[in-house]
Amino acid sequence: MISSVITPILWLVIFGGGLGLSISAATGLNYTQFLLPGIIAQTLLFTAIFLGISVIWDRQFGFMKEILVAPISRVSIFAGKMFGVGTAAIIQGIIVIILGYLIGVPLSLYAVSMAVPLMIIITIGLTCIGLVIASLMTSLESFGTIVTFVNMPMFFLSGALFPVTNLPAWIRWTFYINPLTYGVDALRGVMISGWQTLLPLEYDILIICAFDVVMVVIGTYLFSKRQ
Amino acid sequence: MKAIETLDLTKRFGSLTAVDKVSLQVDQGEIFGLLGPNGAGKSTFISMLCTILKPSQGTAKVEGYDINSEASNVRRSIGIVFQDPSIDDKLTGMENMELHADLYDVPRDLMHSRIEEVLQLVELEDRASNFVNTYSGGMRRRLEIARSLIHYPKVLFLDEPTIGLDPQSRDHIWNYIKDLKKRENITIILTTHYMEEADKLCDRIAIIDRSRIIALDTPQNLKSELEGETIIIESSDNDLLSRKLTEVKLADTILKTNNELNLCVENAHTALARIVELAVSLGIHIDNITIREPDLNDVFMHFTGREIRDGGGTKALSGMGAAMRRRIK
Repeated sequence: MISSVITPILWLVIFGGGLGLSISAATGLNYTQFLLPGIIAQTLLFTAIFLGISVIWDRQFGFMKEILVAPISRVSIFAGKMFGVGTAAIIQGIIVIILGYLIGVPLSLYAVSMAVPLMIIITIGLTCIGLVIASLMTSLESFGTIVTFVNMPMFFLSGALFPVTNLPAWIRWTFYINPLTYGVDALRGVMISGWQTLLPLEYDILIICAFDVVMVVIGTYLFSKRQ
Repeated sequence: MKAIETLDLTKRFGSLTAVDKVSLQVDQGEIFGLLGPNGAGKSTFISMLCTILKPSQGTAKVEGYDINSEASNVRRSIGIVFQDPSIDDKLTGMENMELHADLYDVPRDLMHSRIEEVLQLVELEDRASNFVNTYSGGMRRRLEIARSLIHYPKVLFLDEPTIGLDPQSRDHIWNYIKDLKKRENITIILTTHYMEEADKLCDRIAIIDRSRIIALDTPQNLKSELEGETIIIESSDNDLLSRKLTEVKLADTILKTNNELNLCVENAHTALARIVELAVSLGIHIDNITIREPDLNDVFMHFTGREIRDGGGTKALSGMGAAMRRRIK
């Protein structure tokens, strides 16, 4: 709980404040304001994927067996996990919004009311990534290793920290194949007034939803197969 | 209809065969024991019957439902207490119960009366609102037994129900199991590596060793198969004594354990004098001699040539591992 507050503060205040001084001039924006949607996406990403670990916990502590032997389908077990983890991630994300507001990022009620539904659809796909990894891994250690391996590139290549449009073309495509890029982009679209999104907002949302569907299918399949 | 019917049930993990062509039948209302050392394949066998593991070969029916094609009907008919704890200790006893009742579609209006009923059975009703991580090992076990009964299963699987418990809790749980059978006419399948437990509770026992069933009968019949008595000798030279005893055919089977010889003889009282004579003539000093009726441990030795206590140490270790993992969480 404490770490869930401190990490975003470090990013927003130290990173945002420090780096912001040198960047604000270039974009014409307050960097912390630019950064907030990125940090929200980061929080959703890290929390959603990391909490996939609960599958491994449940397995190791034997609780999973009790669930697996019950007369319920594997699909509903997976859905339960997804909603559980997703809820935790969304709550973390909302904490970050509140923190952002507290440190002075301008936020309208409209912005927040648009951001939360977006956060929900972003989280669904991310949750499945964590659950897929957890389904394939048997130990906590290997889960940790793989998660870092997935988290970091997804975070750095999402445009959470800097605008994608100024990047050279050879690296830009790595951002474009990252589903989180569109999540960050859509969040900026609704949270920063006058922000020019990469794609029209509907397309962003469409891509995120498509990613959700694909991940839910893969996740359900693998989870049912492996348990 | 039989409660359980298996035919050539087999499970292989790679090159290891954990359960090897087990065929058996269990009647409804019976307490059936699977007795064997750790690693004999008891838990794997039960896991297949509970539809957690798919058999590599063979079939089984639980309450008439096929474990492969009618898995969800099987699950509805059974209750299980796993060997390792499977209770969420971040929830209260009551919350665990409600979750289980929900998972098994117990109607909402019946739920609380059922929970109360099973909690009373294991005498935990006054602790139901406490978090499970404040429970002792015996209480958790009792809660798990209560939980497995909420949906009125027809067959109850108890995988090592008293492992790692103090003698008092063990006694408690034995009494519950006996009571339960009297009250509910439920079929109970119990695995254990405690001879005493199998002897006290079970109507019939299957002795499992190295993935196979090597004997199956009532405890009385299994014991009477030994036809005789057991003499236990501690002497100054066990090796020499056992060699000479076999030479003069004083005993049918002799088993050496740490510092004892276990002899199976037809009539201990007549054999005793000759054994002592033999020992004296060899210059062996006898420290101690005991005669007793054969118990299931002797039965196990009779069939396997080994003591069932072999490997008891590893079990204690894995129990500790489980405790450590809990603490990390």
